[in-house]
Amino acid sequence: MPEGSILSDDFLRELINVGEVDILVGLPTYNDAKTVAQVVQAIRTGLLNYFPRQRAAIINVDGGSRDPSQDLVRAASISDLQHLSNIHALRTLHCISTRYEGGPASGIALRTILSAAELLRAKVCAVFSADSTNTEPEWIGRLLSPVVKDNYDLITPTYRRNKFDGMLVQNLVYPMNRAVYSKRIREPYPTEFAFSGRLGSYFAAQDIWSQDVGKEGAGIYLTIAAITGNFRLGQSFIGTKARVDTGATDLVRAMRQTVGVLFWSLDPNFSVWSSNGMSEPVPTFGAESDLTLEPLRVNRKRLFQMFALGVAELEPVLKSILEPPTVEELQRAAALGEENFRYSDELWVRTIYEFAASYHKQVMNRDHIVQALAPLYRGRAFTFLAENRDASAEEVETKVEGLCREFESRKPYLLQMWNERK
Amino acid sequence: MWLAIFEQPVAGDLGAPGPLRQMIVDELTKTMHEILRSFARFLPRVAVMLVIVLVGWLIAFVLKSVLRSLLRLARFDRLAENAGAAQVLKKLALPSATELLSRFVFWIAWLGFILVGVSVLEIVGLQEHIGGFFAFLPRIFAAMFLFFIGMLAASFFSRAALLAAVNADLPSPRLIGSTIRTVITILAACMAFEELGLAEHTVLVAFAIVFGSLMLGLALAFGLGGRDLARRFLERRFAHERKEEREDELSPL
Repeated sequence: MPEGSILSDDFLRELINVGEVDILVGLPTYNDAKTVAQVVQAIRTGLLNYFPRQRAAIINVDGGSRDPSQDLVRAASISDLQHLSNIHALRTLHCISTRYEGGPASGIALRTILSAAELLRAKVCAVFSADSTNTEPEWIGRLLSPVVKDNYDLITPTYRRNKFDGMLVQNLVYPMNRAVYSKRIREPYPTEFAFSGRLGSYFAAQDIWSQDVGKEGAGIYLTIAAITGNFRLGQSFIGTKARVDTGATDLVRAMRQTVGVLFWSLDPNFSVWSSNGMSEPVPTFGAESDLTLEPLRVNRKRLFQMFALGVAELEPVLKSILEPPTVEELQRAAALGEENFRYSDELWVRTIYEFAASYHKQVMNRDHIVQALAPLYRGRAFTFLAENRDASAEEVETKVEGLCREFESRKPYLLQMWNERK
Repeated sequence: MWLAIFEQPVAGDLGAPGPLRQMIVDELTKTMHEILRSFARFLPRVAVMLVIVLVGWLIAFVLKSVLRSLLRLARFDRLAENAGAAQVLKKLALPSATELLSRFVFWIAWLGFILVGVSVLEIVGLQEHIGGFFAFLPRIFAAMFLFFIGMLAASFFSRAALLAAVNADLPSPRLIGSTIRTVITILAACMAFEELGLAEHTVLVAFAIVFGSLMLGLALAFGLGGRDLARRFLERRFAHERKEEREDELSPL
């Protein structure tokens, strides 16, 4: 990839001044003034604690923040950590901040980081999320150590989460990614992860950067590329995931970044996933999953209403995407009412696989297909909430595992739909 | 033979003097010769016309077959389905879009050859009309193309609006989608008519009136009839949106 095409001259000059590094930590920001200083401090402390002999650099790539995120990064980077106990820097720790064009876009940010890593010949890279409120120095050690010491190519995190947090990941992204690509990676769309320079170069050379997937969905595609490229994968438990705003996320955007990319990835990787067997675990450092049970305030009624409205209003769209029996079953289920409604595992898996096949066949604009899935996901989320309202962490885990097995056992149906659907 | 019989001398019972009779016979003979000469000149042209029509049919048939194969390869039926044209054709019990377009091209091509054939006959007054037909052909194709693109755009934007409305939990999403589809389809039809040069001003004025009244009607309906709904919607949209969403949804990722 030509670095010159994405790195600005000033940024390039700063990188050249740094020279070569062993570890590069990328920090994409966009209006993260509330948390970014604490994250930079944690990264610096972590690097000095765990890798004091390595040459390291923190690269902040900003997507056009309107708040002083970049200033805070620069300020945090020059604060004197030597006053803190037990920290002795043996090498200069560089910290550079740049702003990329066309942001905010996670893909452009990642591409900038990859370009910088290639230029600095970084052996190990990591990306951290700037909106986390509880990033700890230990995260550096937990994510980077397996890559530095054990030659892993990609380390994804596992988090301590509320049992209802990340329902899209639990109900779709993780089970489908696991069924299709046969690797049990709990967070295929990580916000914190570490990877080898080898994988970074391989990923930077992928032909995705001019496409939508390269702008918004590069995060999950990095995981998929690592799996399909037979890189050495692992996951590491890093602790509680807490963000500044735990409220509403734009569901459609989240689906584009994850489900859309997962569906998209099936085309170029057909030869890989069509011949895969059952899934296999990946080496995990620490707990694979840790669910907490605090009650959360959720308006389940609204979820159901939006599902029922979607099934009724999108009937012509759903009929173009789904098989007639699936549409009929969904309509019957929506008519049952909130009390009796249940979106079964079997129906959910069938729905997803038919959506994936329709995405492949391009029965309509692909983005519209992903958008049409959002109301159905709300129905599934409603069922997940209802079924697990009083469930323990183990019971939730058992249910997620059951859903994963359903996805895996029905993979031949996906293949059948893939090849036969007209 | 019969000329020979005609030229036989007949007794003066015809009532015409000899020179007059000879003159009539000469004139008739001359006319007959001219007719025969014209006929002899015309026959090869008819033959040429028939050949052109036959070859034209053959070319049009090949064109139809090639076009049909190309359209099938390009999944034109799916495009038509996306544009909403397939549903309209189904309702009208017409063949698929691929078949229809192939047949249309066949008939246009063959009709073109027939007219070329007819022009070979050099019938006075027909040439001008034939020239007019060929001059009009590109406009027909341009109008069809415009209308098809319009149908595609109508389908795309109406579906996009429908999906956005459903996901934003707006009232009457299907009405929003249908309105957008109707407006874009009418606009496309107006553009197609304008291209054809048919009732340009009438169509444009009609479109302006329909569009204007639709917008005015919607504004009045929303502002007066649905005043409470409008207030609630605006309040929810701008005053309490964030709070409500936070209560309603969890982070999906």
